Amino acid sequence: MTNYIGKSVKRVEDKRFITGQGKYTDDIKIPGMVHAYILRSPYAHAHVKSIDTAEASKVPGVISIITGADIPEAIAGVPCGWQVDFKNGDTMKEPPHPLLVRKTVRHVGDGVVLVVAESKAIAKDAADMIDVDYDVLDAVADPKAAAQSGAPLVHPDAPGNLCFDWELGNPKEEVAAALAGAHHVTELDFVNQRVIPNAMETRGVVAQYDTAYDKYTIYTSTQNPHLIRLLMCAFVLGIPEHKVRVVGPDVGGGFGSKIFHYTEEALLVWASKHLNLPIKWSSDRSEAFLTDAHGRDHASNAKMGFDKDGNIVALQATTYANLGAYLSTFAPAVPTYLHGTLMQGLYTTPKVNVDVKGVFTHTNAVDAYRGAGRPEATYLLERLLDLGALEMDMDPTELRRKNFIPAFDGVEQEGYQTQVALQYDSGNYEPVLDRALEMVGYENFRKEQAAAASSNKILGIGFSTYIEACGIAPSAVVGALGARAGLFESAQVRVQPTGKVSVYTGSHSHGQGHETTFAQIVADRMGIPLDDVEIIHGDSDSVAFGMGTYGSRSLAVGGSAIVKSIDKVLEKGAKVAAHLLESSVDDLDYADGKWTVKGTDKSVSFGDVSLTAYVPHNYPEGLEPGLDFSSFYDPANFTYPFGAHVAIVEIDKETGAVKLKRFIAVDDVGNVINPMIVDGQIHGGLAQGIGQAMYEGALFDDTGQLINGSYMDYCMPRADALPSFEIDRTVTPCPHNPLGVKGAGEAGCIGSTPAVVNAVVDALWKAGYKVKDVPMPMTPERVWTAMQG
Amino acid sequence: MKHKISVNINGKQCEGEVEGRELLVNFLREHQSLTGTHIGCDTSSCGACTIHLNGAATKSCTVLAVQADGAEVTTIEGMATNGELHPLQAGFKEEHGLQCGFCTPGMIMTAADLLKNNPNPSEHEIREALEGNICRCTGYHNIVRSIQHAAKNMNGVTA
Repeated sequence: MTNYIGKSVKRVEDKRFITGQGKYTDDIKIPGMVHAYILRSPYAHAHVKSIDTAEASKVPGVISIITGADIPEAIAGVPCGWQVDFKNGDTMKEPPHPLLVRKTVRHVGDGVVLVVAESKAIAKDAADMIDVDYDVLDAVADPKAAAQSGAPLVHPDAPGNLCFDWELGNPKEEVAAALAGAHHVTELDFVNQRVIPNAMETRGVVAQYDTAYDKYTIYTSTQNPHLIRLLMCAFVLGIPEHKVRVVGPDVGGGFGSKIFHYTEEALLVWASKHLNLPIKWSSDRSEAFLTDAHGRDHASNAKMGFDKDGNIVALQATTYANLGAYLSTFAPAVPTYLHGTLMQGLYTTPKVNVDVKGVFTHTNAVDAYRGAGRPEATYLLERLLDLGALEMDMDPTELRRKNFIPAFDGVEQEGYQTQVALQYDSGNYEPVLDRALEMVGYENFRKEQAAAASSNKILGIGFSTYIEACGIAPSAVVGALGARAGLFESAQVRVQPTGKVSVYTGSHSHGQGHETTFAQIVADRMGIPLDDVEIIHGDSDSVAFGMGTYGSRSLAVGGSAIVKSIDKVLEKGAKVAAHLLESSVDDLDYADGKWTVKGTDKSVSFGDVSLTAYVPHNYPEGLEPGLDFSSFYDPANFTYPFGAHVAIVEIDKETGAVKLKRFIAVDDVGNVINPMIVDGQIHGGLAQGIGQAMYEGALFDDTGQLINGSYMDYCMPRADALPSFEIDRTVTPCPHNPLGVKGAGEAGCIGSTPAVVNAVVDALWKAGYKVKDVPMPMTPERVWTAMQG
Repeated sequence: MKHKISVNINGKQCEGEVEGRELLVNFLREHQSLTGTHIGCDTSSCGACTIHLNGAATKSCTVLAVQADGAEVTTIEGMATNGELHPLQAGFKEEHGLQCGFCTPGMIMTAADLLKNNPNPSEHEIREALEGNICRCTGYHNIVRSIQHAAKNMNGVTA
């Protein structure tokens, strides 16, 4: 019986947040704590000739001023966690990413001097007085320009600024031949612009070294405390992992940008021992714009070939992916294994080739941002499909239906083997589109659109039927693809003597509601009240291990680990119960928190069994006391959520202003534990995906300066910029994890962006403007310019 | 040079010595340890630091601490009374109006000001009123529902 799973249980974690009692990193104070400020490069590319700190060090309250030269040579910098090779087998170029630069700055915001003082204000005052003499060099910010010969080099040992040159899928010649024989080829040059994650809490670190225990404690605004500890200890500072406690306390959003091991974490930890003082660094927003890893930034060309009936015959995608100046933790994986592998989409395309060049530029790092590679793949595919339909004068929904992979459940029917390495787990694609069209009122809309075509306010509709790979990931598979870590998850279910349950999960929660959703699973499976369960996460000293939260993996991987531990608890509990009931395990049923001898009313409660396990006076012979189990769950496959997103826009022909009138999303994320939370995840993803289409985009000038690096300049959707969303679901369970779940965190962000752009192109095309593309973000000026031809 | 200030915060008179350049948000967070008021930007754009200053929703990063001398301030910590959640706090929980929780205090303080002046706002009016507060998690959909929920429960009674 289900008391909690599938129900919109209100969130356990909300109380502390709505009463102002959340504890984020910047809220943490330690007695004697001092404050750090990092003086950063104002230039994108320069040699540091000299650093004069004499005046700054005289400022009252300054404790220490540290430059790159003060950091031991053995500390080379933060590592990359994923290796992608060149087509010819050569290893990717992996230049060091130092904690503070020693000679050359490679992006605006590169850390140059660490100032430690009694307050942040004093540290900033002192930093203002430091005189750094720079020899300014030419810089390049655009990935395609950086790959041209003669472009300024970011790293001398990466010729052509190439980090890697990679491809996946069918041989290029076969794809070219199929395209040559196609009835119609739709081709487009795309820019999937750089966007900035902008979690509302900026990053921060508090580091403390305890001489009594020879132990470090670090609070950091991270999605990923255990991975930070592993990378920092083993690959940066060379300090013993068991002597470091990493805590990700309440974290104010991440969206990918807080997955990675950042230089500031290792720098603060090193400095806390060097100075023997607890130190806090908290990023200003303008600093966050320059130092948080950004997302997307692809320049692509893509060709999709169709036969005369509209069947896709081949796809060729060629991409320059901007990696920034240094390789962030997951950066090489994003444009390759999280992007190229999604180029099959929902379609039976027989020939697919993806060619990706990873390029260094004088900009800060680009890494995973909500969706990470999958939005870029979806953007490319779904733009080509809607444009292909316009060019061939076909209906975009009919064109998709012709090409959909037929339904398969992954049990009776095998998973679907793509041309680009993955095998989809289960899918049933027509129903999401059917439901979306029903919600839209598609036929009526086309009539309204036709009626409005000659007016000043024209209408358009855009589609996106996406698939993504979540539940990251089977360790052996990702190991073969270059991951330098396993991507399993751990969970410990500790039953207390009174039958209350503490669950320790390696999945960190920073808005996703794990403290509620995970508790629903535990309470249901154990047949106990929700209030008897507490979910503990984010602290490496209490949680055995964790691979963190990203790639919509928490429930599919972390939740499955919890289920494994619950199974072990109940299996052992049954042995204790059988002993107490003088029965055998096989004769017992477990339901509603008690074991009952089949066919009788003899039963023993979960609480009594728990107490017996810890007070084992009357206890099965040979059985260990206690009721406490850990598990590690390594998934058998990725999970593959999918859905259909539809945007309806109105364009003012006189100004080019686009109004998003409606947004309809029908997603299939497998089984749903908490519908309210899943809806919330979809809403948030939609806002970010729509944000990219309509409002957001990092802009760099020729010298590598980010020219919209503040909230005064970088436009994110506000409440009055979005409609209420219309959403629904279908359910196709995942066949390979015990909960049947697929993951919901990124779906909204992956599907929505192309739907909005497609709607604008549809509006223009149907009103007689043969515009194939409007660059994102689709500002009124860009739409108006496109309309002028 | 330090300046002595006295501010009534959540009904309690609080004294402190601040630098002339110190912001009210800093006084609340660092001097009074009222860390429910958050800092999300450095351009007075995000609204995470919104409090009530003499009854009006105000971004506490736009006010110097010395300017608040003698003023009445309400922060998120002062919204619940005798352990009873404010209807907006209850509304945000009921309608899932928060995810990471970082923007939430500012959203609630802004919404309280809105409902004081307009007890039954339309969806459009709510969205307009939230224009100075950024949320990156919810897409605002459920924040709107949360405020509607609170408005209904407050039944036209001002905040």
